[in-house]
Amino acid sequence: MKSFLLCLSFLTLASISQADWLSFRGPQGSGYAEEIKSLPKSLSNESISWKAALPGRGLSSPVIVGDKLFVTAASGPDQKQLHILCFNRNSGEPIWERRFWATGRTMAHKKTNVAAPTPASDGERVYALYSSNDLICVDLEGNLIWLRGLTLDYPNASNSLGMASSPIIAGDTLVAQIENDSESFAAGFDLLTGENKWKLDRPKAANWTSPTVLKVGDDEVVALQSSKGVLGVVPATGSPIFNFEKGASTVPSSVASGDRLYIPSNGLTVLTIADDGSEPSEIWNESTQRPGTASPLVIDDTLYLLNNAGVLTASNIDTGERRWRIRLKGPFSGSPVAGRDPFLYIVNEAGIVQVVDLSGEEGIVASELELGETILSTPSLSDGAIYVRSDSSLWKLSKR
Amino acid sequence: MKQLSLLFTFVISLSWPLHAADLSEHLAKLKAVGPEGKGNSEAAAAWSEITSGPAASIVTILEAMDGSSPLSMNWMRSAAEAILEKEKVSGSELPSDELQAFLLNRENDPKARYLAYDFLVEIAPEDTSSLVPDMIDDPSPPLRRVAVAELIAQGRSQLSTSDQAATTLQAALDAARDVDQINEIAKLLREDLEKSVDLPTQFGFLMRWHLIAPFDNTDREGFDHVYPPEENVDLNAAYEGKDGKEVRWETYATSDDYGMVDFNQPFSPLKEVTGYAYTEFQSDGEQEVELRLGCKNAWKIWLNGKLLFGRDEYHRGIRIDQYTLPVTLKPGRNTLLVKACQNEQEQDWTVQWEFQLRVCDSTGAAVLSTDRQPTPKPEEKARRRSAE
Repeated sequence: MKSFLLCLSFLTLASISQADWLSFRGPQGSGYAEEIKSLPKSLSNESISWKAALPGRGLSSPVIVGDKLFVTAASGPDQKQLHILCFNRNSGEPIWERRFWATGRTMAHKKTNVAAPTPASDGERVYALYSSNDLICVDLEGNLIWLRGLTLDYPNASNSLGMASSPIIAGDTLVAQIENDSESFAAGFDLLTGENKWKLDRPKAANWTSPTVLKVGDDEVVALQSSKGVLGVVPATGSPIFNFEKGASTVPSSVASGDRLYIPSNGLTVLTIADDGSEPSEIWNESTQRPGTASPLVIDDTLYLLNNAGVLTASNIDTGERRWRIRLKGPFSGSPVAGRDPFLYIVNEAGIVQVVDLSGEEGIVASELELGETILSTPSLSDGAIYVRSDSSLWKLSKR
Repeated sequence: MKQLSLLFTFVISLSWPLHAADLSEHLAKLKAVGPEGKGNSEAAAAWSEITSGPAASIVTILEAMDGSSPLSMNWMRSAAEAILEKEKVSGSELPSDELQAFLLNRENDPKARYLAYDFLVEIAPEDTSSLVPDMIDDPSPPLRRVAVAELIAQGRSQLSTSDQAATTLQAALDAARDVDQINEIAKLLREDLEKSVDLPTQFGFLMRWHLIAPFDNTDREGFDHVYPPEENVDLNAAYEGKDGKEVRWETYATSDDYGMVDFNQPFSPLKEVTGYAYTEFQSDGEQEVELRLGCKNAWKIWLNGKLLFGRDEYHRGIRIDQYTLPVTLKPGRNTLLVKACQNEQEQDWTVQWEFQLRVCDSTGAAVLSTDRQPTPKPEEKARRRSAE
């Protein structure tokens, strides 16, 4: 039996390519994937490998598994029609589409929409969450595996401005934060059946941040951020590991790197989590380093923050000491992402993709590309390519 | 090649009765899914079997939607669409005649019928477009919407060239059920043709109320606190309100196009307070209706003394039909009580202390009280006087 389980684990791991982009901001929600390479420094119209039409609005990022790209959308009056779309990421050709009726509330602020959360994948299945609290699992071929209508189960779990937190996978559990002013909770879902593994009451306050996975010793811990702070829980059980109670933002999410958690709290607060699971200790806090809507990014020994004025700041991760800062063309709703090459990618609300070269003493904007549509989402990466979506289009950008 | 195709069709037809029996069992699994993920595993196995079936099974799946839960509907919808997707790729003949028959039978489930229409638009668009005008009185809201959209377009085109525009747009207004379409038509009638439109009656908003306030809501505790109106509505009673001040019921009429009941008008803008609104609705018989509420304050609602729902969210937005509550009205007098709580926030977007409530059927068509009074004129707005 044990050997069978080992074999199964190996198969599961084998199905996830190191270059896949499986969730909001990629691996563990960090925005940084050192396995992804050959990304373009210079973008121009020639960089557009393909552009595909989308049937509905969405802020969610594409998720990439092998040669397939998955993206969600919402369409129709009041955005009551939900879509999961699968494309060939190389050619942009549509492969399949699944549509569903929203079973929960679809009201949202005009700047966001029902397809705001980014799906998560374990390499075998795609788990799509919507602001209507519909949670849908399909396999890579579009076969329906399970459905949940979380507003049917928990009728007051909604936010009239719209929900946006993206689920994340840790071990064999899908973790989602359904946090709002009323029936606020986080839950762990069985990957194969969609049934609750655990459900925790959470602070009754609107919250758009996404859970983050960090390593504590050999184990994975899911960090649940809210206005109260950050609660670290065991993904399989929801049992608390640590609790940081100094408050945190409800818009930009924390990022984990190594044994540290970088939290948008009182500016920015950096914690280290001991292997024994004891309470976290604070490494530094800098009240002037205040991320805007975009979540922070950590690459090697540098922390990158983008504030609401569009200023990108690079700081030492050990001390918070600023190394450089530059002003980008904002405003931004999406977050920056990066691969192995020393380039940071961010798209502003006007649809201008900006590539920041991080290789020198100071960051410089290496290139820009105007896509000509409003873009409020975060790009996704795979080897050699950047994927960006708007309310009506999906682009692949690559070297030419 | 033709012989091969005939042979294939023959084999499929032989196997179809067997599949049909299995299909019924598999669909039962989709119908059986329950709350909190119950039945998902069985449904997934059934879904896999169903989607391996032929195009002919699509209509059977649509038929099975009748009386199904929203979750089951989604299982079935995705199965039907997966089969269609597969069969289009394989070049199989698609059941357009059967789909059209299903669409035209108004006894079938409204959402399933729209799905049949959606499929037909894809596989036989020319045949389908001719069906649209007859959908103008369709019980399926999305189908009716398609026909209304055509009428709106026709009315627009007549604005500058024909005196028929008012007639066309009025017909569109009479048929429309969706808020965005009603608003679009009303704007054309009012602004382009200078016609009057009684939007509150069109929507079925409740315009005349009795209000009482302020009770306390310090620290948002008023939401759970039971004040006297929740125990008994006595329009002649006086109670101790916030800070010990006496409060009494006052009559209130709104002339707002969207039936907004604004506590700030009679009571002035207040913070950390609770108010109640009471009205009656005369029903000409027992009937299923929907109470559709919009509110950006914390609220509760009672029908005939029974609490229907409550929600403690503040200032995240309001829209028409924000919350839908299916209820059964009894014959004659029905009482409605709404509680609206204002919180402590001081931002300029947190001033509102208001709600809107309408009564309609499941398609969104107004259901009017048998003693409905004319829509109040603006000068009647926010009359403040004792209920006595």
